[in-house]
This record gives sequence, C-alpha cells and structure tokens, in this order.
Amino acid sequence: MQVRPIGQPYPATEKGNGVAEFRIRFDGVSKYYGQQCVVDKLRLDIEKGEFVSLLGPSGSGKTTLLMMLAGFETATEGQILVDGYRVNDVPSHKRDMGVVFQNYALFPHMSVGANVAFPLQMRGISKAEIAGRVKTALDMVQLGALSERKPSQLSGGQQQRVALARALVFEPRVVLMDEPLGALDKNLREQMQLDIRALHQRLGLTIVFVTHDQGEALTMSDRIAVFNKGKIEQIGTPRQVYDEPATRFVAEFIGETNLIAGTVEVVEATSVTIRMNGGNIVRVAGTDGLAAGQAVSVSLRPERLSLTQVSGTDASLPGNTISATVTDCVYQGDHLRVQLTGAGDASYIVRLDRRSAEPQRGAQVTAFFSPEDCKVIAS
Amino acid sequence: MSGKSFLQKSGPLLLVAPLFLFICLFFIWPLGSVLTQSVSDNAVARLLPETAKVASSWDGQSAPAEGLQAAFVTDLRAATDEQAVGDMVRRLNSAQSGFRTLMSKTLKAVQDKPEGPIDLVALDRKWSQPQYWKAITDALSPTTDRYLLAAVDLMRNDAGEIISQPPKQTINVAIFGRTFWISATVTIFCVLLGYPYALLITVATGWKKQALLAAVLLPLWTSLLVRTAAWFILLQEQGLINSALMDLNIIADPLALIFNRTGVIIAMTHVSLPMMVLPIYSVLLTIPKNLMPAAASLGAHPLRAFVRVLLPLSFGGIAAGSLLVFMSAIGYYITPALIGGAGDQMISSFIAFHAQNSGNWGMASALGIVLLVVTIILYAVYERLATQRERSA
Repeated sequence: MQVRPIGQPYPATEKGNGVAEFRIRFDGVSKYYGQQCVVDKLRLDIEKGEFVSLLGPSGSGKTTLLMMLAGFETATEGQILVDGYRVNDVPSHKRDMGVVFQNYALFPHMSVGANVAFPLQMRGISKAEIAGRVKTALDMVQLGALSERKPSQLSGGQQQRVALARALVFEPRVVLMDEPLGALDKNLREQMQLDIRALHQRLGLTIVFVTHDQGEALTMSDRIAVFNKGKIEQIGTPRQVYDEPATRFVAEFIGETNLIAGTVEVVEATSVTIRMNGGNIVRVAGTDGLAAGQAVSVSLRPERLSLTQVSGTDASLPGNTISATVTDCVYQGDHLRVQLTGAGDASYIVRLDRRSAEPQRGAQVTAFFSPEDCKVIAS
Repeated sequence: MSGKSFLQKSGPLLLVAPLFLFICLFFIWPLGSVLTQSVSDNAVARLLPETAKVASSWDGQSAPAEGLQAAFVTDLRAATDEQAVGDMVRRLNSAQSGFRTLMSKTLKAVQDKPEGPIDLVALDRKWSQPQYWKAITDALSPTTDRYLLAAVDLMRNDAGEIISQPPKQTINVAIFGRTFWISATVTIFCVLLGYPYALLITVATGWKKQALLAAVLLPLWTSLLVRTAAWFILLQEQGLINSALMDLNIIADPLALIFNRTGVIIAMTHVSLPMMVLPIYSVLLTIPKNLMPAAASLGAHPLRAFVRVLLPLSFGGIAAGSLLVFMSAIGYYITPALIGGAGDQMISSFIAFHAQNSGNWGMASALGIVLLVVTIILYAVYERLATQRERSA
C-alpha cells in the first residue's frame, strides 16, 4: 500500500546513498515574534523511525518548533530539512506529515469514518481502497465499530484515537503530536501512552512528540530534547536525561532532585571530591572537566539515598554519608517521603521503600549514597 | 396565607403585564385589524340592510323582482352619510364598471322623489341587466376573498370559479416577482461580500478587528434614511463615485447609477450587509481554530480545505444571514423609493399607494398579508435550519 505523495518535494532516501541519514534536521532554526525570540538558533536531528519528545515548560519554544515543522509557522532563520530537502517554503498540505493536535481537531460535521477517509480523498485514492484502509486504521485503534458516529458522540479518549488513526492512515513520512494526551484523565493517558508506543514500534513510525509532562516523555521516547527558553538544554535517552542531567534546569525539570551547592576540592582520575555548603565532603564519580575550586551543584535523586538510624559518620557505610535530622515523614502509598535537614540548614528529600520503618520526627539519622548515584552540575 | 402565595405567584406575571399589554396593543391588535381589513367587505352591506334581507330570494339570472328593487330604493333613501355612500359606489364600481354613472343618476332620482316606488329600469336600462344586481348581491356578504385573490392577480368569474385576471390588470404577481428577484440578488451580493468580510474579522486581531467590527456596527446605529440619503449623494450623476471615476479617466461619461436597478441593489446590499456579516461571524467564532491547519496537514489544499471544512461548518451562519437579509429586503420601501426608478419599486410601495393614495385599505391589507405569509414561511425554514444545526452541534 504505497501512498501517492502530495506534490513531490522530496523523494524517499535511504541510508548509504550519499544523502544524510537523518529524516529531519533543524539547522540553526530561529523564530522571532517581533523582538521576542521564541526559538533560538536551534539544531536537532531526528532519525528515521525514532520517537523524539520535545519536553519543556510552556513558552519554551517546543510547540513553535513543531508548528514550524508542520508548516503552520515559518522559521525566521535557519533551515528545516526533511530527508535532506529543505522544506521551509513547502506549504503544509504538501509536507506529508500527520499531525495530532491537543484538542483532536476532528471535523465535527463528518463521521468518524469520513474523518479518517479525508486525507486519502485528498490524495485521490479510489473509493474501494479508501474503504479498506479506513477500516484497517480504525481497527488499529479499536474503533472499527464506531465509524458511523459523529466525533461529538465519542469520549475524549475515543476522539483522540480517531485523530491518531486519521494522522496515520495516509502513512505519513513523520507523525507530529502536540500534547495529544493533555486533555485526558490520568489512567486513560497512561493507557494511550503505551498504545502510541506500541504503534510506534509496530509500524516503525518517526514520531515527534511535544509534551510538558516529564513522566510521559520518559515513558514513550527513544530520545528526549529538554527545552528551555527557545534552546535545547539537553538531548538524550530517558536514562541519560534522568541520571545524568547536563544542567541544573534539566535536573530540576525532570523528576525530583536534591541540588546541593558546593565547591570542587580535589579532582582525581575517575572521581572528584566536593565540599558541600555546610561542610560535608562527598565523592562523585566522573570528572567532566571539573577543576579544583570550581563552584558546582550536586544533583542527588531522592530514591538514591538510603537512611540509617545511626548518627554521626560511620566508616562501615559505603560511599558518601550525610548526617541530618528528620523534619518530616509522609506515607505516600508506594513510598515513604522523608524530609531531612543537614548541616548548614541544607534540606534533603529522601524516598524510602514503603516497607521501611518510619523514622521519628526529630531523629538523628545518616543518609548515604554511592559516588555513582549523584551527578555534578556546573553552576 | 393563601393570599400571600397568590401574590407571590402573580408577581412575575404582573411584571410582564406591561409588556404583554404593549404587544397586544401595538402588535397583535394592528395585525388582527389588517387581517380583518383584507377580507372584510361591508362598504355595501352596511348601507343596504333591506336589500340584504330580500337578496336571497333572487335567482341571480333574470331581471330582479320588484321587491328587491323596492328594498334597494328604501336603503338608498335611508343612506345619508355621503362618505359611506361614496365608499359603496367605489366598491361597486370596482366590481362592475359603469356603476359610478349609474349610481349618480339613481341617487339623484332618489333624492328628487323621497316617497313612493321608483321604476329603476325606466330610469336606466342598465338596471335590467342582471350583472349589476349581481355586483350588489355579491358585495352584500360581509367577507370577501376578492382582495386576497387580487393580490395574486386572481379573481372570481360570474360562476364563482377562481380564474386569473385579464392580462391588462395583472400587476401584483409581477411586482412580487420583482420584489423577490431584487431581494434574492441583494442576498447573493451580501453573501459574496459578507462571508469574506466575516472571515477577515475572525482572523484579524487587536485594533484591526475592532475597526472591522465597527465598520459593520456603525451603519446599524445609523438611520436607514440617512444611509439611503448618503447613497443618493454618492451615486448621482455628479456624485462622488462618478466624479472620482471621471477624474481618474477610467470613464468618459458618468455611469447611470441612480434611479435604476443598479443603484437600488448597491444601496440595499450596503444597508443589509451587517445582517449578513454578524450571523456568519458569530458562527465562524465557534469553529475551532485548528481545523484548517488539521486539514492542511492531511493534505488538503487551502481551497479544498475551505470547501470541505470551513464552508460546511459555517453554512448555518450563511443560511441565517441570508434569511435575515432576504426577509428584511422584501419589505424595503425607502431605499427603492429614493434610489430606484419607476420600474424598481417593490411591493411595499404599492401597499403604501393603496393605503394612502387610493384609499383601498382592503387591497393594501391583502398585499400586506401575502408579504406576511411569505415572511412567516421563510422564518419557519430558518427556525428549522437553526434547530437542525443545534442538534448536530
């Protein structure tokens, strides 16, 4: 089932024929609204078959970037390349990209089936073929029985699945999703995340997914691009951006973290020693071009910390230790959330296993973690 | 206790009572009287009570019997109100030509001889012909459909069948046709101009949107007469438009823009435009902004996206606007009267003519009723479309 492309701005290219291997490349793309810079000289390559999430707070430029890729906005400068061809001036109806909008954007006057048939009709495909492909697409999202309904007769989740079927039915080069699950309730959202992920793997789709929900990005993506103020702060696999945040912004935006300011004391071959504000000395794996005397922050994930009731430093404990006082302890169902205050009024959040004994408020404890479980961020 | 609850119950009713009375007095009652006027026919009957009593005994074919003639003379002697007599004569003459001279002759004879029988046939041979008596007996019924029939160029023949009027007297159907034609043309122009304009307001932002909206709303707050007078100035031979075009050497001689159909349609289109723009704008506002981008992303050329998505979704607004414009256009009076020529006068002008110049209230009412019925039918269509839209939305 080969879809006849609309216009032919770019032929399909494969690896090894001299043309770049990436499917999409943003080459120094900027977008200004008047004097305001929304996207700032941005570079990003997305490979064929890759699921890339653009993650960031609202106003960080992620949606604008998607809109430029879809052709709804024009780049003020820079190039957008698809399969090696510049598409800046290609109108959106010739870009052959499926877009799933936040509020579904289904045509309310058409039935579900007609909505899904729309992109195929635009491509001049025969009626018989359209009928078959619409059925296949609706079956794929488990809505085969509802093709005669109007969108207004469907639930939010069903409407979103229709929008998905409509964006996939014409086998677009790339599927763009603009916070598609934002309007759904939590359980449905998590189900849809897994469904979209499964479709991505089964159909080998190239997906660019905009979201402000870090959990969603971690669940679904091959790679996550973390946006802040029109720039990409870090791009990497979910594991990379979570475990090795490159900047303070990334560490704070993705997941919860303890950021403790300090100064580099000694740089060794594979680790550094850092004197934290308050006097604790910790050893952190990796050197990352740090120099002695440099001011840094240490990012420490709450679930990587362990607690012991013994107070004071204990040589028997592995790795780094911090003495602290328990100021609060909350049972959260799947974990215990403990708040500590250490030397220099530094406060720490610790996540303990739900089966751990609840520490008493005011108890003196020692928190410990290995050098591999924290990350130094230049600050 | 029960008195208090009665007051509580009737309180809201008392609040709407003034409005209710107002509507009764200034809407329902005049409408009722127009309806009555269009079918009432008592100009003859109220002066000829005796004739009415014996009229049924006449077979309508032969020359009338003595009794009928005597009753007629008695009634004429009793009729002293000259205005009423004049109305009766006009009414009879409109049913049967020749009555005016016949009646003036007869009335004079009746005045000259206040007592005893008068031989009408001897007075004028016309009284021996049954059609004159038929005209009188027909006119004795207090209700008539002759005005309503005449309003659509129909009449009853001697046998009482409905037939079309002789070609020389048919005018109303042509006027109604002209009225609907002008209204339809104006409606089409309003759609063609109003839709893009409403679309422009929808996509505009900031002060531009305010300016565009004001351009629609300001004329609405200006008197119709003022707007029409403005067009009178703009369109005339030495008017702004002609002189501008001539100064720019686009035309050598002034265009004929006034006292013709072109001028009427230009002015009426302008005057009606807000009624088209506002409903379309209100519907366009409700259409989600991301549908057109969605259509584009699915491969629809902007024009196809418009035809497949935006146009069907805004059809309700076009229908509502068209019906509003059309319904108000068929009642236009001032604009055609000032801007149009003799051949561009619409049905309202003729209603005014019948009411003011010829004093034919029955005819004026009947034309008004036809107009009202057409408007009600159109309104019913509009309601149906509107509810369908609500149901599908």
